[in-house]
Amino acid sequence: MSSIPHDHATGHAEEPPHAHDDHAHGPHGGIMRWVTTTNHKDIGTLYLCFSLIMFFVGGIMALTIRAELFEPGLQIVHPEFFNSMTTLHGLIMIFGAIMPAAVGFANWMIPMLIGAPDMAFARMNNWSFWLLPPAVILLGVSFFVPGGAAAGGWTLYPPLSTQAGMGMDLTIFAIHIMGASSIMGSINIITTILNLRAPGMTLMKMPLFCWTWLITAYLLVAVMPVLAGAVTMLLTDRHFGTTFFNAAGGGDPVLFQHVFWFFGHPEVYILILPAFGIISSIIPTFARKPLFGYASMVYAVAGIAILSFIVWAHHMFTVGMPAAGLLFFMYATMLIAVPTGVKVFNWLATMWKGEMTFEAPMLFAIGFLFLFTLGGFTGLVLAITPVDIQLQDTYYVVAHFHYVMVAGSLFAFFGGTYYWIPKWTGTMYDERLGKLHFWGSMIFFNITFFPMHFLGLAGMPRRIPDYAQQFADWNMVASIGALGFGLSQLIFLYAVIKCIRGDGAKAPAKPWDGGDTLEWTLPSPPPYHTFETPPVIR
Amino acid sequence: MNVALQKSNRALLMKLGFVVIAMFGFGYALVPFYEKICEVTGLRNIAQADESKSTQVDYARTVRVEFDANVRKLPWTFRPLEAIAGVHPGEVRQVMYEIVNTTDRPMTGQAIPSYAPMQAARYFSKLECFCFSRQTLQAGEKRQMPVVFVIDPALPKDIPTITLSYTFFEVEGGGADGKS
Repeated sequence: MSSIPHDHATGHAEEPPHAHDDHAHGPHGGIMRWVTTTNHKDIGTLYLCFSLIMFFVGGIMALTIRAELFEPGLQIVHPEFFNSMTTLHGLIMIFGAIMPAAVGFANWMIPMLIGAPDMAFARMNNWSFWLLPPAVILLGVSFFVPGGAAAGGWTLYPPLSTQAGMGMDLTIFAIHIMGASSIMGSINIITTILNLRAPGMTLMKMPLFCWTWLITAYLLVAVMPVLAGAVTMLLTDRHFGTTFFNAAGGGDPVLFQHVFWFFGHPEVYILILPAFGIISSIIPTFARKPLFGYASMVYAVAGIAILSFIVWAHHMFTVGMPAAGLLFFMYATMLIAVPTGVKVFNWLATMWKGEMTFEAPMLFAIGFLFLFTLGGFTGLVLAITPVDIQLQDTYYVVAHFHYVMVAGSLFAFFGGTYYWIPKWTGTMYDERLGKLHFWGSMIFFNITFFPMHFLGLAGMPRRIPDYAQQFADWNMVASIGALGFGLSQLIFLYAVIKCIRGDGAKAPAKPWDGGDTLEWTLPSPPPYHTFETPPVIR
Repeated sequence: MNVALQKSNRALLMKLGFVVIAMFGFGYALVPFYEKICEVTGLRNIAQADESKSTQVDYARTVRVEFDANVRKLPWTFRPLEAIAGVHPGEVRQVMYEIVNTTDRPMTGQAIPSYAPMQAARYFSKLECFCFSRQTLQAGEKRQMPVVFVIDPALPKDIPTITLSYTFFEVEGGGADGKS
């Protein structure tokens, strides 16, 4: 980070933004730089580092789960703690790792991709990041209160969540804070994209990453408040005598599932759409061809986003819906395969007859393409109502969403990191480490999660610390794979730290010959302030 | 950053902020919407009498039915007059429950039934029940109320016992003077 050049170390950041048109500022020194920063690059770095830490925290929880499931019987942790692990692993990976990582990419890249000087609301940007650590502290503290951390699953279904101990209240507050953070981040991103594009950068000229994030941000603004409402209802049910979800008061626990999944299904696209954007940046660069079907990509993302609002009940086929409802949600869900298929087709067509090279970003993009598509197919299997009624809450579902969340979002973020880290740090990453990290992740990911399909089809329920003997073999395989996957991530950590420390080849302004977006016109690392005069768009 | 841009940024912030607040409200609006849907589709027809399909009484079999009564945040006493009954599937049976408003003001309550085991619910038809309507009791009033039910002879053989449990909760504002 010390490699970011200082133009003038004047450092009066409290100046009104319009007063410093004529000269650039360097950052503050020391820790206060990070606390008070309003610079999109600094905040992007904070988000990415935060999500990396949370990725390892959530990963340790996942390894605790896999260690307990290594053999049948109860060996390592208490069942209550095991339940807290599955709950907090989900919450931390979603709200602490994947979402902040996506916002980190947005902060770093969107202003540079559209030729904007910074984010539209620079101070709100600082606030949206600094809300996250207190939220995570609340989750951490919840382990030490009477009753322990939330243990009813990340979906917080009542009646478990209305009857749980104080840990649930802390979890609810943490979700409120993280929700506020992502709403502010989204408003910032929408405003930046709509108002701050360089002259000549029309919406349909934007790199696809900006498009996917624009649509993601709209989804966040629309559904995060619904989640806030749902957990507020939980809170008032718990403490203020309302009975939204308590049947013995005229409420209905199933109502929570409807409200939650009205948020929850768009949320899964919030987690994957920025990843689509990153993949759409990487593949054209390394295939040395423009993205195939740009306009259809934009429409496909918009189509996925709109459809995501009418499919939520496929998460709850077993609650007892009328057949018409089951059919509607089944067909609507299957419809999503169409725009998603368009995207996969376009990525493949971009690679077709391209002059491809296979550096780490491209490897992760291709890994994404394979495994995300596989996860998409199991999603289609689960969309079939009668099949889903059989597979509800089994390891088949666990396998499905890890294929789309880990091999989908996470692989795309790994690829995006290798793709842009030369730009961020000015140091080329170690290609050997990148490749090793890819193959380690790819192989161990499949060893971990592929057997879960078999376990689920055989009927192993999710969220249990102990299981019947017949599931023992594949669980052992999955646990070994999880350990390997976890260790592979240390390679990533090492490769990133090497770049941050400047240990490696100096990165040129444009390290990839296929890259044709605006960020590659800037030096590596870019100056602290970029595009203060808008670039000329060809 | 020029003033016009700052103004247009603020305007967008306001619009999006309004969407956020509206969607928070929408989350709450889903509650009455859900209740309406359930009412229209008859999904939660707890306030509606079931129809008895069968008149064939299976005298060879006796199902033990246990009656349970609870109150939730309601200062009433509520109990079944008989705790356990042996019932032949197909037989129409009546049991009485008793509620007493122990307070010195009129109050309104509603009872919600539930069954254990859960699978038994679809074989348990209530032809008449105090839970189909709200009950308003004057101060100190005591009331005996019937439940008339039939157990479907198709009840699986591995369910020898059914527990019928009621929970009374207060319907606020449902009382005579609406105070609670």
